[in-house]
Amino acid sequence: MIGIEHYVVVSSILFVLGVLGIFLNRKNVIVILMAIELILLAVNINLVAFSAFLGDLTGQIFAMFVLTVAAGEAAIGLAILVIYFRGRGTIAVDDVNRMKG
Amino acid sequence: MDFAASLKLIAPELLMSVSGLVLLLVSAWVGDKASRAISVAAAVVLGACFFLVAPAVCSGASGPDTLAFGGQFSADAFAGLAKLMIFAAGGAALVIAPAFFERFNAMRAEYPVLILFAVLGMSIMVSARDLITLYIGLELNSLAAYVLAAFLRTDDRSAEAGLKYFVLGALASGILLFGMSLTYGFTGTTSFEGIRVALNGEMAMGALFGLIFMLAGLAFKISAVPFHMWTPDVYEGAPTPVTAFFASAPKVAALALTMRVTLEAFGAQDDAWRQIVIFAAIASIVIGALGAIGQSNLKRLLAYSSINNVGFILIGLAAGTPAGASAMLVYLAIYVAMTVGGFVAVLMLKDENGNSVEAIADIAGLSRTRPALAFCLMLVMFSLAGIPPLFGFWGKFVVFQAAVNAGFVALAAIGIAASVIGAFYYIKVVKVMYFDEPADVVKGESDWAHWALLAISALAISPLGYLLTPWLGNLADKAAAVLFLGV
Repeated sequence: MIGIEHYVVVSSILFVLGVLGIFLNRKNVIVILMAIELILLAVNINLVAFSAFLGDLTGQIFAMFVLTVAAGEAAIGLAILVIYFRGRGTIAVDDVNRMKG
Repeated sequence: MDFAASLKLIAPELLMSVSGLVLLLVSAWVGDKASRAISVAAAVVLGACFFLVAPAVCSGASGPDTLAFGGQFSADAFAGLAKLMIFAAGGAALVIAPAFFERFNAMRAEYPVLILFAVLGMSIMVSARDLITLYIGLELNSLAAYVLAAFLRTDDRSAEAGLKYFVLGALASGILLFGMSLTYGFTGTTSFEGIRVALNGEMAMGALFGLIFMLAGLAFKISAVPFHMWTPDVYEGAPTPVTAFFASAPKVAALALTMRVTLEAFGAQDDAWRQIVIFAAIASIVIGALGAIGQSNLKRLLAYSSINNVGFILIGLAAGTPAGASAMLVYLAIYVAMTVGGFVAVLMLKDENGNSVEAIADIAGLSRTRPALAFCLMLVMFSLAGIPPLFGFWGKFVVFQAAVNAGFVALAAIGIAASVIGAFYYIKVVKVMYFDEPADVVKGESDWAHWALLAISALAISPLGYLLTPWLGNLADKAAAVLFLGV
């Protein structure tokens, strides 16, 4: 029988993978965008699982809002990335270092 | 409560969203030549919202009459006071922008629309009494802010600032959201009131994790240590009017939100969050003070100064009393005046070609070439340092007073000691301006709107500001009382 704790464990693993994906990745900013999506999907698994477990619809409605915002966030992230690429000609994470200190 | 009454309570937000959409259509239709007109229209909308919110603040509105849509949204005095500050800071960002962007031929019509949407998001944030409302407001603000940071799109630094702000902001939202999902799971509700009731007594491990994740996400948004690393880069890279906006309005909104989450939703578990807040406060004060010392760029210096100031504000939260919350609001109001004044002064530093001057070395001897500007910048720096005759001192004073009265003498002592370290770099800027050989770089003419705004904020932080203290203190007391109704 799969219980609520299994869902929470899976979503926690996905969340940690997403956070590590942002910090360990040195190559490509697109991967960071994917890691952010991973974090938001981990949250959605949590919300829907809790919603089913509690017998309360709020969590599923919350998940809908998160999905919508995630789409907007990805669109804006890609737009900023395009502007960045136009100016610098690279999207390698190691090159995002014009400002330091 | 019926639907019509709810709609009436969200009148300022409705006005902003409808006029924001209309202005967006106008900007798409007419194009960039309408940008000044759209800026004026957006400023008028913010002014109208200011007057719509003001009555609730003056009367200290609270209780069930202020709750809209089944308690998801609250138009109480606390939200109102925060909104007044946000609208004022948003209006300032609209006023100072055209003169700056026209120099780069980049004054586009989206700017006022984006500011309007960001202000709308913040206005929803401070009124949120439900995790879903909170999230929608926060994201509406953040999504507009990411675009604003990258607004000067031909400038490498602006694009980089936008990218960094986006990645770290999205990570912060993710962490906050993960905390909210755990809180929902372990309390069974998303409303602040419900969370408070569910957490009476022993707190489940999962709810504690939820609280920690939520506080981490909020610490990102208010740029408190240890989640402050994006602040200097974003403040330096973003166009200066946008930086002025970032340093004022979103700080107010995120801090007000933090107060609501900790004091209302997690009010029954104050032992759980107090240690975290105390740690963040001390770390922000110390790192803000030490990090600023080596900086050579004025905007970076002001970024560290804002980290430092957030630490002082969090001392009021650590006290966890109505007096502490009221002190935070007073400090926030003064902080907005100081920050806007500081960044407008930086905005006015231009060389003979009209390019921005940001290096501290380049403002050497400013007192001889531009005495009025140097004097205002000196007022801002002394006020940020909290040197007594200026109004910035009052903010620190009320916060420390609240902390001492709540029994946190050691915390207040550390804060006072660190503010002495902090005074070093503020005074260094004044020394460079007044006692060094003139570098003769700052030559450009300044716009009248900049002068007007600088004069207003300089007047507010001058000793004359003390005339406002009874009035400001009264409003803040009434607003802070709203958060403690459930106790």
